[in-house]
Amino acid sequence: MITIDYGTLRGLVALLILALFIVIVVWSYSKKRKSAFDEAANSIFEEDTETETELKHSEKNNKQETNNNV
Amino acid sequence: MTTTLEHPSYNFNVVRQFTVMTVIWGIFGTSLGVLIAAQLIWPALNFETPWLTYSRLRPLHTNVVIFAFGTSALFATSYYVVQRTCKSVLFGGKLVAFTFWGWQAVIVLAIITLPMGYTSSKEYAELEWPIDILIAVVWISYAIVFFGTLVKRKTSHIYVANWFFGGFILTVAVLHIGNSMVIPVSMFKSYSIYSGAIDAMMQWWYGHNAVGFLLTAGFLGMMYYFVPKQAERPVYSYRLSIVHFWALISLYIWAGPHHLHYTALPDWAQSVGMVMSIVLFLPSWGGMINGIMTLSGAWHKLRYDPILRFLIVSLSFYGMSTFEGPMMAIKSVNALSHYTDWTIGHVHSGALGWVAMVTIGAMYHLIPVLFNQGRMYSTRLINMHFWLHTSGIVLYIVAMWISGVMQGLMWRAVNTDGTLTYSFVESLVASKPFYFMRFVGGVLVVAGFLLMAYNMYKTIYAKDNSLKPIEIS
Repeated sequence: MITIDYGTLRGLVALLILALFIVIVVWSYSKKRKSAFDEAANSIFEEDTETETELKHSEKNNKQETNNNV
Repeated sequence: MTTTLEHPSYNFNVVRQFTVMTVIWGIFGTSLGVLIAAQLIWPALNFETPWLTYSRLRPLHTNVVIFAFGTSALFATSYYVVQRTCKSVLFGGKLVAFTFWGWQAVIVLAIITLPMGYTSSKEYAELEWPIDILIAVVWISYAIVFFGTLVKRKTSHIYVANWFFGGFILTVAVLHIGNSMVIPVSMFKSYSIYSGAIDAMMQWWYGHNAVGFLLTAGFLGMMYYFVPKQAERPVYSYRLSIVHFWALISLYIWAGPHHLHYTALPDWAQSVGMVMSIVLFLPSWGGMINGIMTLSGAWHKLRYDPILRFLIVSLSFYGMSTFEGPMMAIKSVNALSHYTDWTIGHVHSGALGWVAMVTIGAMYHLIPVLFNQGRMYSTRLINMHFWLHTSGIVLYIVAMWISGVMQGLMWRAVNTDGTLTYSFVESLVASKPFYFMRFVGGVLVVAGFLLMAYNMYKTIYAKDNSLKPIEIS
């Protein structure tokens, strides 16, 4: 059986966490994920479609406003 | 109170309850702060009454602003956001109402026991063991409601705000239960099961992560929903928000030892705390930039929308205090800053600048939606609130910076023969004018909160849909 020194084990765990972080960065910045994330970022605006007329009304105005200024 | 007929499915009742209580506890908590700030200038204001002394009211002030004001706001916004983004009604049935009444009971018990002098003497965890048990029960119920709602969600993706809320709920449960391990000796007295330096480390592991998870991660959840909503454009970078989440939660947990520099805590642990606090600057600023840049291309909105101004200025204060914090965690800087008013100034730039402003912005967005209105009763009053609050904070922080650095320099000054140049009382006399400046700042903050309460009252009691959104051409 191989025994690992406590210090070495801690070093390995630190490396593992660093690798995991790099994986998260690569995954979230991969081209494949882009459209899904764009959709997620916009999802908070879809929820209003079924709500009060008042809200719909204000959204319509806002859309115009955004277009004017882009 | 009005009912929302348009959403028979969503449970907005509990959101309304927590929203109203947020404003009420905001007034109460900041007023207590003003009272104890006044006591530092005019000591007679304790009226020779034990339960009105600074030592008992200061923990009550911190408990009310963090756990009554801040946490009620987190309950309100997390319950609102999780329902809207998951398109599902809250899970848990009667448990939902229990989290509201249970949490308010905790606060009332704090208001009774802390002035009476019942305290475990752990900062931000002063409440005695029976109340700690109630907190744990309510918090676990909160977790069941929140995660239960996530499980039964009708959308496939979990929006990033919910990740921050979830991280905050889970970690606070672990922190609270871990730090509250005590052996009770009577109904209102207990002793920690940890001893010496380990107890101190547990306390600041808890204390700093109360800042990191309750006052940061939770409010970042609020930021990731309400900033894009109010700006009417999606978050600047969704990818950055994911990296932000994982970097923030994996680093914050290590920063606690910076509260224990030059103490009995082993040197290596102090160094770990310092290094991790400095690294923490990166995710903090990543998140701040992500929030502020959401406005790119729409900066003009800041000119006429005071709600958005609250939200964006809160992020500026967040950036400022998360730069100041890592700097103060450096041991040589800490040697000057620790135990001085600089720390108090730092905490309040985070608490009044970041936490309170993002909350106030979110509440102004939320109140009209919850009470069937197109907007708040008065946008002018929101604008006045913004300027009162902002000038209050600036007065407060500047006063504490000057007073704190001066204290640090006076306390460490030595004569050539090694004796101290100044007595403690001399430094206290030098700080007195700045304590008055801080008091004035606090009064402005409370005045702003009173305007908010009036504005909320008029919005709630206005006829449904009578307040129309203002058209901007």
